[in-house]
This record gives sequence, structure tokens and C-alpha cells, in this order.
Amino acid sequence: MKKKSQLQTMKKVLRYIKSYRIFLVMSLAFAVVTVASTLYFPVLTGEVIDHILAPGQVQFPVILNLLWKMGVLIGVTALAQWFMNVCNNKITYEVVQDVRREAFAKIEILPLKFIDAHSHGELVSRVVADVDQFADGLLMGFSQLFTGVITILGTLLFMLSINVKITLVVVLVTPVSLFVASFIARRTFSMFMLQSTTRGEQTSLINEMIENQKVVQAFSKERDVLEKFDEINGRLEKVSLRATFFSSLTNPGTRFVNSLVYTGVALVGALLAMSGSGVLTVGQLSCFLSYANQYTKPFNEISGVVTELQNALACAERIFSLIAEEAQAPEPEDAEPLADVEGNVDLEHVWFSYSPEKKLIEDFNLKVKPGQRVAIVGPTGCGKTTIINLLMRFYDVDGGRILVEGHDIREVTRESLRASYGMVLQETWLKSGTIRENLVMGKPDATEEEILAAAKAAHAHSFIKRLPDGYDTVIGEEGGSLSVGQKQLLCIARVMLCLPPMLILDEATSSIDTRTEMKIQNAFARMMEGRTSFIVAHRLSTIQEADIILVMKDGHILEQGNHEELLRQGGFYSELYNSQFAV
Amino acid sequence: MRRLLIFLKSYVKECILAPLFKMLEASFELIIPLVVSAIIDVGIADGDGGYIARMCLVMVALGLLGLISSVTAQYFAAKAAAGFGTKVRHALFAHIQSFSFSEIDKAGTATLITRMTSDINQAQSGVNMVLRLFLRSPFIVLGAMVMAFTIDGKAALIFAVAIPSLSLVVFGVMAVSIPLYRKVQERLDNVLGITRENLTGARVIRAFHKEEAEKGRFEEALESLTSMQTHVGKISAFLNPVTYVIINAATLVLLYTGAVQVDTGNLTQGEVVALVNYMSQILVELIKLANLIVTITKAVACGNRVAVILEMESTMPAEVFQQPGSMSDAQKGEVSLAGGSSPGLGGTARQSEKNIMVRFSNVGLTYQGAGAESLSDVDFSVNRGETVGVIGGTGSGKTSLVHLIPRFYDATRGEVLIEGKNVKDYSQEELRQKVGIVMQKAVLFKGTIRENLCWGKADATDEEIYQALETAQAREVVEGKDGKLDAFVEQGGKNFSGGQKQRLTIARALVRKPQILILDDSASALDYATDARLRKAIRQMGEKPTVFIVSQRTSSIQHADKIIVLDDGKVAGMGSHEQLLESCEVYREIYESQYKKQQES
Repeated sequence: MKKKSQLQTMKKVLRYIKSYRIFLVMSLAFAVVTVASTLYFPVLTGEVIDHILAPGQVQFPVILNLLWKMGVLIGVTALAQWFMNVCNNKITYEVVQDVRREAFAKIEILPLKFIDAHSHGELVSRVVADVDQFADGLLMGFSQLFTGVITILGTLLFMLSINVKITLVVVLVTPVSLFVASFIARRTFSMFMLQSTTRGEQTSLINEMIENQKVVQAFSKERDVLEKFDEINGRLEKVSLRATFFSSLTNPGTRFVNSLVYTGVALVGALLAMSGSGVLTVGQLSCFLSYANQYTKPFNEISGVVTELQNALACAERIFSLIAEEAQAPEPEDAEPLADVEGNVDLEHVWFSYSPEKKLIEDFNLKVKPGQRVAIVGPTGCGKTTIINLLMRFYDVDGGRILVEGHDIREVTRESLRASYGMVLQETWLKSGTIRENLVMGKPDATEEEILAAAKAAHAHSFIKRLPDGYDTVIGEEGGSLSVGQKQLLCIARVMLCLPPMLILDEATSSIDTRTEMKIQNAFARMMEGRTSFIVAHRLSTIQEADIILVMKDGHILEQGNHEELLRQGGFYSELYNSQFAV
Repeated sequence: MRRLLIFLKSYVKECILAPLFKMLEASFELIIPLVVSAIIDVGIADGDGGYIARMCLVMVALGLLGLISSVTAQYFAAKAAAGFGTKVRHALFAHIQSFSFSEIDKAGTATLITRMTSDINQAQSGVNMVLRLFLRSPFIVLGAMVMAFTIDGKAALIFAVAIPSLSLVVFGVMAVSIPLYRKVQERLDNVLGITRENLTGARVIRAFHKEEAEKGRFEEALESLTSMQTHVGKISAFLNPVTYVIINAATLVLLYTGAVQVDTGNLTQGEVVALVNYMSQILVELIKLANLIVTITKAVACGNRVAVILEMESTMPAEVFQQPGSMSDAQKGEVSLAGGSSPGLGGTARQSEKNIMVRFSNVGLTYQGAGAESLSDVDFSVNRGETVGVIGGTGSGKTSLVHLIPRFYDATRGEVLIEGKNVKDYSQEELRQKVGIVMQKAVLFKGTIRENLCWGKADATDEEIYQALETAQAREVVEGKDGKLDAFVEQGGKNFSGGQKQRLTIARALVRKPQILILDDSASALDYATDARLRKAIRQMGEKPTVFIVSQRTSSIQHADKIIVLDDGKVAGMGSHEQLLESCEVYREIYESQYKKQQES
């Protein structure tokens, strides 16, 4: 099963490499050339040495001829190596770019349902870290594996061509090296696990305490926190020492085995050369020795590469599963843009729930006429944003339909539907960039006057102009240093600037103090004039002025009507009203 | 990075022994070619099988010795590295603990967390690598050259030329590519940032139909990343081939020189083999060294980032803050004076002075890096046991004002006095013992409810805790949980609702029975009735603290003895609810915005 999914991942990887197959083939060819010429070099060196026997017994013409050959060989090797590097880089970077591009494009069309349900940090790390790991591990790992294997094969071949006996010595000792490496690796693994659990524990404490450093300080708990930290830190030191030490035994261990190989070659080789039967020359011995030096290296690399490859495959799987994620329902071929929106919104027999086990909205009907205000009220966490998710078509209804100007919103373009709404959400979101860039999101071609007017209307102008670079101040991700209230004002200004025919305000003013809020309310009132508005509101005035109030609880819509009607009903709304707003 | 090296101080022994044993291992390795050369020149030439066998035993012994020294070295290196990491982590964490709010704001918590975790880990493995390998490789390179000289001066000159030119190439490529790698990292960060933004902002981006524009932005970032990577890749792709060419060209020259020397009888065949072996040892080590340098550069970069944080000095120097004993004499004099212990100041003036709990005298506050004052000319005093309401618009400076009392920030102008003594002259312990603050964001820590509440007072009895809970209207929260006070609180208090958390944080502040209690908009998630009950309970506390209530609701503060109305960092009005309704337009506006509508209905 696992093998099968790995195979499938490999297939996908190949699909990405396909457009660069020329580079791949070239890279492999250059690798073969590099390995072959690198391996041939010691042979030539050995031959040269064989022609340097003793005083007066040096055959210069032969040597010069050989040296000339070697010079060419060096040039060929260097060039092949360079080309191989360039090809590998090309493949890696391009594939990474392609994968990231595709992943990002998918993010843009993923259903909100998926984005809401997944940790953003985790998704980001798929696009960034996993892709890098996958490219490094898989592509580089592959090229290392390939080079390693042909080096081993090539070395064997060269060695066999020179002398079978010594080759046997080398081949017999090699498995010991592998055994030592894997033995240490297995022992180390559990220690690394322990190290990473302890690290995790410490990171979690660091996160908690540093994020809330201000509280820690307010209670003068620095010393206690430090004590707790040091306790974990002490444990970490111990496990870290052991993990580091044992893992670093691999090198000396394999080096020792390597020296045994070397000695074996020297012994057998020297004895053979001594016999003087011409079975082995001194030059050939020196060539063998240099092979023995290099021979075990690819083995070590390969054993490392295998784990790396597995890890890379896991990373690849994560990123590919994101790319393979089902996109939001595509727009129908004949989807037309919504035009001339006046603000007629109808919900007909709407059924919706986030998960099939938990029914939320059942057979809900609502008719909103142009210019009407719909207030959505209920205790926190009652699912008020669900309505917004449906209106904006962030989520699709399970049954029934939502109509805007008589068109089913699933039959018009998403762009035109969403452009018909001006939205200010509870969670203020600003993109990194300048204030101006943020304001013109809904209207890229806005003039300076329009921008100023909108900012003033949203009461954002006065604080913007006090920022270091005014409207061109760069704000970091998530609005950076701005206060929640300021961010909210910017979000309002953003909508003020484009003023679509319908509005969705999600507790828009909850973190703005009442005084500023009042000013904004005035601006809102102006904005809402003649515009159909959906408002998730806590403020009494907003609710009282609404034409329709939807009362929600636990995700269900309990009651529907205007303020007076609902009060008369004496249901949940009147209860809510009396507990929350009556002073 | 240098700043961090002092943390290796207690590991001097390890830091010397690790490379030493590494060098010992390297020395054994360097002897091998000589042994081989002897095998060729003596063993093979003389046909002495016993000699060959003995020499091979020597080689095995050398290998074994090498193994032992290497393992010893690894142990010392690991010990030094793990100890170093632990010490740096401790120091950095302790240092961050000493930060005032200004430094925390400046550095940002996300940054601090990365510094504490991955950066230190990288630096730690950097130390490990340096101790293990950094000296070994140059030692082998130089050692090989020295050995070459012992064999033949003339041939060794080739080494003397090849090694510097190799170093030049290796370090040249490094010098060029390392700053470029930093750029690659920056561009990768950019890619990461856009990705994250598009996830957190998915709703807004789709609402404004910016998907295509965002794809364009991402593509731009992506391409700039790829082009930089390709650029750097091209440069580093040179490294291996060029090293290869230099080393092997040197081998060629060596062979030729060797041939000439052998011909004249200055060298033996075995010695030529030894020289060639040394050359190839150098190649292997240089490749290792180059890879190592990349790792080390990264580690140094990480170390430097950690050092930057360590070098950030607290604007409230810890020595003054934590040990009042170390204050200068002049300061001491002031303290004793201001402490009111000096005789001579008598009469009613002193009496009323003594009754003043908190006093702001012409206080101004400019945040670090901010252009303008966030608070200016704030001047007021509050008597013992009084309740003060602070109200004002977003960014008007309400939180800034109350944060000056427990000295989270230092006033940049004027002074803040508690019981007549400048807050700067209190020890941190003493000051924060007096002041209980409940912040806007209700934070609970992982542990039990009891552990959380005992933050206020380590040895609080159950009775004291329940008393605080009752005042904070939080008794029902605790009682509704399995295990009551011992109920488990998840990290960040995730298993409690916003309102529950707020009430528990209020209780936490009350447990220590502070003389000054600050509620910074900390009842926002409570309904009006609970909020009112809370305020009433605080009023009825046995030793009634001086209370500051920061709020956006006039209903929360209208019964305060004194209300401070802030507007844009300045005091727009001060007085009782009635007085302010009369005299302060800002206050009236706020009040009316909240009450008018309700009265009409």
C-alpha cells in the first residue's frame, strides 16, 4: 500500500521533470562522463608511476604522453562536472518553481472549507519547506544515488580489469562499513527522537511564555518561568549531548573500516607486487589504494541518500496532495456576470451544514428587497458568519438556492457576485504593502482624491497621515504594528472606496471605541443608503434600525422579523435583548 | 557571533581537547602515505613479506588510534556544543525575561521565538562542526604540505603553490556566493509571506477578486527567487570543477617533477606515490572544508541573530530595576526623601500628599521609533481607594496610560509616582506586587486553574483563591469544571471561553490583593450584568484597592470617582460623570452614542 503511493508520487515527480527531460538526460550523461574520467585518472597516474622506476630508469617520452592524456582528462572531467551542476540546478530550481506555482494557483481556487479546516502554518510549510526538501532530497538525492551507483560499478569494473584478487578483498570488507553505519544510525535514531521530543517541549514553553511575556512580567514571574525553562533546558543538554555524540560516531566508524580496506589492499597488493611475477605493478597498487580510499564513500552516501529520499518522498506527497486537492466548483461555461444589481436577494429553501452530522440551516427562506437592512444577531459562536459564507459563496448551499436579482449565484461568475458586495469582516486582514495598496484593493484605478475621501469618511485619514510615510507607509504582514482598531478603519476605508451595491458588515466595528464607532456609523448610514446590507451586529441601534432581524443560536436560525415583531413574540430574541441591552 | 563565544568559556577544556584529538587523528592519517611509501620502497623492492605484514599492522594500529582519538574528539565536541546551546538558550531566555515592553514590541514575539529555537540550534550544531572539522581540514591540508616537504623540498613547492591558489578559489567563491545566499533567503521569505497572506486573507482576496493579481505577485516573487538561485547556483557550480582542475594539474606537475627527481636519484618511486597520495588527501579535505564553510556561515548568521537580541539592552536596566541596593547614592537620597520618611514635612499638606496613591506629573510617552508622543501632558492624582475610569477613542492612549503605572514603559517626560515615590525607584518585585493588572488579551497558561491563579500569589490558600474568584465572578467557571481548582488548562486557555478567561485573569490579579488594580478593557467579553456585579464586588472588597478601569463602555466607568477622558493622547476632560457631561464634549459624545438610542426606545 505504502509502496504503491510512493510509486504514484514518483510518477507525479516524473511528470514535473518531463519538461526538463533533456536536462535530466544531459545531467546523467555528464555524470557518467565525470565518474568515468575521475576513475580513469588513477589508472593513468599508476601507469606514470610504473614508468618512474629508479634513477636512470625513467621513461620520459611515455610519461609525457601519459601526462598529456591526463591533462585532457582533467579538462573533460571539469567541464562535465560543471555542466552536470548547471543541469542539476536548472532542473531543481525550475521544478521547484513549477510545483510552487501550481500549489499557489490551487490555493487561490481551493474551497474556503479546506482553508478553514487546515492550519495555515502547515499549508505554508508545504509550499515552502516541503517543496525545497522534496527538490533537494529527491532530485539531488537521485543524482547522488546515480553517481554513487555508477561510481561503485565503475570502480569495480576498473579494479576487476586490473586485478581480481585485490578486488575481492575490497568487496568482502565493504559490507562491514555498511553494517557499522546502519548500526550506528539505528542506535542514534531513538536518541534523536528523544532530543526532538524534548525540544518540542521546550519550544512549546518558549512559545507560551514569550507570546505572553507581558503577563509574565506583570506578575513578576520571570524567575519561576526561567526555573521551569532551565529544568527542560538541563534535560535537553543531556539528550542533545548523547544524540550528537552517537550520531557523530558514524564518520570515525566508517573511516576505521575504510582504513581496514585500505590496509587489506596494501597487504595483498604489496605481496602480489613483491612476487614480481608482473601480476601487479607498483603503479597499479597505488591506483588500487586510491580506489580503496574512494570506494566506500559512495556507500556511505547511498545509505544517507536512502533515508533522505524517503523523507523527500514524504514531502513530495504532502505538497502533491495539496495540489491534488479538489478545487471549488468550477463556474459553468455559460456563467454570466451579474449586472445592474439593485439589491434583491432571495434565499429559497436553503439547507446548509459544515458537516453532515450536524445540521445547521434547514429549509431557510429569506427575501430581501433593495435597500433593506438585515441584522444577524445571536450570542457569540452562534454561526452568524455562516450566512456571510453563503451569500459571498465562500461555501455552497447543500440544498435550495440563493438568488441575486433572480439569478442563482451558482450560475453567475464568482467575480461579479463578490464584486457586488462590500465586505468588512470581523477579522481584519490587510496585505503586506503600503496603506495605499491596501485601500485600492477594490478599485485599483482610484484617484488620489477618491482615496483621501474614502479614508476621511472612514475616519482613517487622521491616523494615516501621522504614520511615518503617510499613505505610502509600508505595513507588514497582517497589518504589522497597527492597532486592531486602526486596521478595522482601513478595512472600512477599503470598502468605502469602491462602494458596491450591497454590503456585508461582520461585527465590523467591534474593536473600535464607541466614539469613533459613532462617526463610522454615520458614514455607514450614508453608505448603506439605498444599499442592501447584511450586518452581523451587537449594537442595539443597528439592530433596531434593521428591516429584518435574523436571530441565530447554535448555527440555527431561530427567529426572523423586525425588532417590534420579535419582541412581541417573546422568544429567544426578547430574552437576548433583555439580558444584553436592557440597562 | 563573537558575543556568543563567551558562552563557551566553561568549556575551554573541551574546546581545546576536541580539535586536539581531531588533529591527532589527522596526524595518524598523515602518516599512512609514508607507511605505504615504505612498503613500496622497502617491502616490495626488497621482497620482504614480513616487513609488509608489519607495516600493515602499523596501518591497522594507526587506524585504531585514529578511531580512538576521533571518538574522544567527537565526545568533547558534542559536550561543548550541547553545553554551549544550553547556556545560550538560558542566557537568551533570561535576557528576554528582562526586556521591558518596548523591547518586546521592537523585536516582536515571533522573532524572539525563532531566535530561541531554530537559530540557537543552528548555532549549536555550528559549534559542534567547527570543533570537529574546522581545524581538522586545514590541519590535514597544511600537514600534507609539511609531510611533502619532509619527503622532498622541490616537489613540495608545488604544494606551496597549489594550496594558496586553491584556498583563493574556495574562499573567493564563498565570499561571492554567501551574501547572495542571504538574498536567496530573503526572496524565499517573500514567497513564504505571500503564501501565508493568501491563506489568512483568502476571504478578502476572493471578495475583491484579487486571485489573478495575487498569482501575478506570487509569480514575480517566485521568478525573482529562481533567478537569484540560478545565479548563485552558477557561481557555486564552479567550485568543484575548479578545485578539481587545480589539484589534478598540481598532480601532473608533481608526477613530472617526481619523474625528474627519481631519474636523478633524489626520490624513490614509493615517495612519489606518497606525494600523490598527499595531494589527493588535500582534495578530499578541501571539498569537505567547502561544504563545511556553507554550514558554518549559516550557523554564524544564526548566531549573529541571537547576538543581536542579546545585545538589545533593556531600556530599564536590570541592575537598577531588580536590586535597588545597587543604586547610586544620589538616587538613594531621592528615594528616602520621596519615601516620606524624612521628618520636617508636616501638616495637612503632607497628610493629603500621603493619601495620594498614584500621581502622574506632566507625563509624556513616546514609543521607540514613533514620530510623535502617544501621551502628552498627562497630569492627575488619585487617592487611595478611589476608582478611576479611563475612556477614549481607539489609539487615544488609554492602555499606554495604565501601562506606565506598573512601569511596563518608562515615561519619556515627567514622572509617575506611586505613594509619592517615582516608579523608577521601586524594585520590580515591589512595584509589581503593589500593582495588579488585567490585560486586554486574557491569557491563561498551561497547567491547572490553581497554578494559574497562584501566579498572583505563590502561596495563596484555597480560601484566598475562592475569595478572588468570587469577586471576579468566576466561581461558577471553576465549579463547572471537573476537578475544580485542579482542572486542567490547555495552552492558551483554549478550553475556556473568552468570558471565562477574562474572569479568571481578573481573579488571578485579585489573588495577590494588589493596592492598585488595573482592568484594561478586561470585561469586554462580559455581559452588562456580570460587568456590573464585578464592579460592585470590587467596591466591596475588604481592603479596597485603588482601581483603574479602562473601558469603551460608559456604563462601566460612569460610577467611578474620577473619569479621565483621553483624546489622541491628551487629556480631554477629567472629573465625575456628571461634571464631564456638563463640561466635556468628547465625553458627552461617547455617552450619547451609547445611551441615546436606548432611551428613545
